Amino acid sequence: MPKIKAPKGSPSIDMTPMVDLAFLLVTFFMLSASFRSSEPVDVDVPTSISDKIIPENVIVVTIDVKGRVFFNLAGVEARRELLGSMANKYGIKMNKDQEDKFVFMSTFGCSMSELPKYLNLEANAQKKFPTLGIPCDSTKNELKDWISFGNRAALNSGKTAFVEAKNKGQKPNVNDFKPKFILRVDSKALYKDAQKVIDVFRDLNLNNLNFITSMELAPI
Amino acid sequence: MAEMAEGGGDSQHKGKKRAKKSSTRVDMTPMVDLAFLLLTFFVLTATFSKPKVMSLIYPAKIDPKDQKVDQPKINNAITFLLSKDKIYYYSGQFYPVDKPGPNGPTKLEVTNFGTDGVRKLLAEGNKYVLSEKKIYNSQLKKKEIQDSTYLRHLLEAKKNKKALKVLIKADDKATCKNFIDLIDELKIAEIGVIAPVELMPQENELIQSKIK
Repeated sequence: MPKIKAPKGSPSIDMTPMVDLAFLLVTFFMLSASFRSSEPVDVDVPTSISDKIIPENVIVVTIDVKGRVFFNLAGVEARRELLGSMANKYGIKMNKDQEDKFVFMSTFGCSMSELPKYLNLEANAQKKFPTLGIPCDSTKNELKDWISFGNRAALNSGKTAFVEAKNKGQKPNVNDFKPKFILRVDSKALYKDAQKVIDVFRDLNLNNLNFITSMELAPI
Repeated sequence: MAEMAEGGGDSQHKGKKRAKKSSTRVDMTPMVDLAFLLLTFFVLTATFSKPKVMSLIYPAKIDPKDQKVDQPKINNAITFLLSKDKIYYYSGQFYPVDKPGPNGPTKLEVTNFGTDGVRKLLAEGNKYVLSEKKIYNSQLKKKEIQDSTYLRHLLEAKKNKKALKVLIKADDKATCKNFIDLIDELKIAEIGVIAPVELMPQENELIQSKIK
């Protein structure tokens, strides 16, 4: 074999493996990243030192600057069940399209009578929909129904998830599958508006609430 | 890239000139740049996208039927009354003007959200738990106790009679930021018993007179 001469002076390195690796990682992070779905309301959450990460299977109630109340429940199955019970209770008929739209939507805030109209809108128009939020005063407390039916639906879907995990041979903790109640309050919202929502939770005997906060460094 | 352009240029000539044998290497630096840029973006967004939560347990509502139940006597408690960007507080029980306690009717003190305001106040009030925590911390560092034992001890200390208990009441002008900030301070001071409760009308009057 002839001697291979070392190339003179060319400092270029073969970067193929590096590129391979970089794109592999990019693909991994891209696929594993879950994107936040667009919210109909912008909320600037307060900061805290808490580093507890938001749990799975949650019911989120949002309170914006003006004190309007929005509701969100995670999980497709649970949402379908929830909408069924709510439409039944308030005697509102919805077609298949509207139902599907609700199931794949995220946060919303309107009264039951406005809901079909709201669901017909495009995502951008929904943001501008003139609403006072979900009514939660003593005369018309729809939020209470949303939460109690939502709780039931989330419990059911949590149960199915628990059984599934058990069948897979894991040792799941029952408490991880129970619905958790999250409050997303705007830092400038008045506390008395949040208090109204908290009272609804407490009326339903749901006393363990979580506030979404952004991270702040703890003092040493 | 320069190498690529050379090769491409040659192929356009349809003459009999033979294409120069150039290396098939492509300069991959820009590609790597892009790949790592994307990588950094996804890494950063992936870690920070999950919001954090702060849990808080509210006291159960009392059945309206047995409203006559007396307020339980609380030892070593401090009550915070929140107003817009201000914290008022009094310790122990509330004594209205017409029913003064041993030291006369309750007077409100005022403090702020700063480090030498409420944080100092709480650190002093909750000295017991904080000093216990320090002991457990050093024990944990020396590996004299396990993690689970540490947590159990800390929980016990927080429930001890000497530990400070906190009640929180907010008036109509308090914002959620004020409330969360205060809860945050309580968590920093390792307060175990936190009870957000309703404001009494007499207390509200006291706050309003204090604001003026």
